[in-house]
Amino acid sequence: MLRFLATRLARAALTIAMVVTFAFVVLRLSGDPAQIIMGADAPPEAVDAFRSAWGLDEPIWVQYFSYFWAILQGDLGRSMRDGRDAIMLVTERIPATLALTLPALAIKICLGIPAGIYAALHRNSLADRVVMIIAVAGFTVPSFVLGLLLVLVFAVQLGWLPSGGQESWRHGILPVMTLGLGGAAVLARFTRSAMLEVLGQPYIRTASAKGVPWRAVVTGHALPNAAIPTVTIIGFMVGTLIAGAVVVESVFSWPGVGRLLVVAVANRDLAVVQCILLLVAITMVCANLIVDLLYGLLDPRLRAAPRKAA
Amino acid sequence: MMPLVRLTGLSVAFDGAPALRGIDLSVAKGEAVGLVGESGCGKSVTWLAALGLLPAKARITGSVMLDGQELIGAPAPVLERVRGGRIAMIFQDPSSSLNPVHRIGKQIMEALGLHRGMTGSNARAEAKRLLDLVGIPDAGRRLDAYPHELSGGQNQRVMIAIALAGQPELLVADEPTTALDVTIQAQILELLQSIRRQMGMALVLISHDLGVIAEACERVAVMYAGRIVEEAPVAQLFDAAAHPYTQGLIGALPPMDGPRRRLAAIPGGVPEPWAMPPGCGFAPRCQFRSAPCDAAIPGLMGLSDQHRAACIRVAPAAMPLERIPA
Repeated sequence: MLRFLATRLARAALTIAMVVTFAFVVLRLSGDPAQIIMGADAPPEAVDAFRSAWGLDEPIWVQYFSYFWAILQGDLGRSMRDGRDAIMLVTERIPATLALTLPALAIKICLGIPAGIYAALHRNSLADRVVMIIAVAGFTVPSFVLGLLLVLVFAVQLGWLPSGGQESWRHGILPVMTLGLGGAAVLARFTRSAMLEVLGQPYIRTASAKGVPWRAVVTGHALPNAAIPTVTIIGFMVGTLIAGAVVVESVFSWPGVGRLLVVAVANRDLAVVQCILLLVAITMVCANLIVDLLYGLLDPRLRAAPRKAA
Repeated sequence: MMPLVRLTGLSVAFDGAPALRGIDLSVAKGEAVGLVGESGCGKSVTWLAALGLLPAKARITGSVMLDGQELIGAPAPVLERVRGGRIAMIFQDPSSSLNPVHRIGKQIMEALGLHRGMTGSNARAEAKRLLDLVGIPDAGRRLDAYPHELSGGQNQRVMIAIALAGQPELLVADEPTTALDVTIQAQILELLQSIRRQMGMALVLISHDLGVIAEACERVAVMYAGRIVEEAPVAQLFDAAAHPYTQGLIGALPPMDGPRRRLAAIPGGVPEPWAMPPGCGFAPRCQFRSAPCDAAIPGLMGLSDQHRAACIRVAPAAMPLERIPA
């Protein structure tokens, strides 16, 4: 178990280092932050002064190593726009984002999984078709379209809910629905196919053949097996809790991490963008780690050190 | 004597294509009956239909009487008590027939709880006894093993232990040895026979292998294209097979002595369910085919007290057996 954890942690660290490197290279290649922040009309001396102040005039590998060294010491740099610590800028936005993504995750799980199970158990029935049509729609309609559609209906036509901002909990309803419904559709599809796969397995027939009532066959024999692929998808959703709302936050002018990312990228605010990407990588990697541990819990075949029968 | 189970006119169709076309078969208490035929002839479907284990799209007609109780169309609670409690079934691929995420002890104890109301340490002790009975070494420890930690043969023994947990009067073994090594096959057959003797349980052994059936059964029914074409005590069937299909099956067995010869094969293939010939299903492959073969489906006719065959060529004097009233 310890060895398993150690190798997983080493791999996680490697993944994060690669993300950091990738972000560094791409940001340096995609435009000069000094020029963008100072404006096109800024005098060349001012731009040069900015560059040397932020170390942008150093060779790129020097910049890379000093950046990496700073990260290892816990220094994620400061925003080039207002000089505040990037980590502060980002962390103060996290609660707002989680206020959207956590309830949305709850909707995805509470709506998507039962819908998928129901559709699988009533395969080819009218209910199955309706669930799947909604799921495919939720799967294919981009979140900004769904968001705008919800705004059109509930804010503009009916006037029940505000269309943007963060003044009260009512402002959160539409963005949470937008995130939650799309994800629920994805989860419903996955749960349904996982269930159908499991229901066709011989051990389901065995359970019925030994006299287990159907309801208990489903809950006791099918669900524990169908949970294994479904957990993968949920793990991925947990990984996007921090940065999964970029588009929706923009549509609903919600001041979360996603909005900060969009603004920071537009401004080439290197430290802030890198800080967000690092955070995303860490949450993603943690979510994957949890999923791996859950696999072992759910599926005895994946547990380490199998006791092989002689 | 009233048979334990009597199938009468049992028919099954999937999406309009017939898979079973009127099966009449009875199994007496304690009797071992073999059901032989090639893949797709309806051997397994017969018993899955009898126990209500087919998918909902299957159209089932006819009758399955268990000790005077009709099973076709019976409500779910009745079927659940019968399954595992009075008629147990084991399957071809033991390793995928056990739930991979549950310990085998739990899977045995589930049946004990359902049919004998046993729970806790009682159930565990009984599960251990059953594992001992089916010949699993170190049974106490094996209760906590998962199916993937056991071999195919051991898993089939576990399946048999689960089947025995409900103390059934009939065990339907659907190709129980097909997925196993030859040496393990023999052990499992041996086990089935000794358990049957010990428990006085009836056995229906489904196989495509006449040799397997000859070893373990007293009576055999040969199926072809969804019908029983011949039925006889094992010895009679080997001595005096009456139906050309049975003759073909026996002719295809390698001889134990004498010079080596090419094995005889039956030419042609089984007709597809949606393109059944109007008369005898075997007629298109039969070397004795004549005009009356295509006129009507021949019924089972009695050649002797226990020997029946469905072919117009056998015993032209014999009268069609009367349908036994349900």
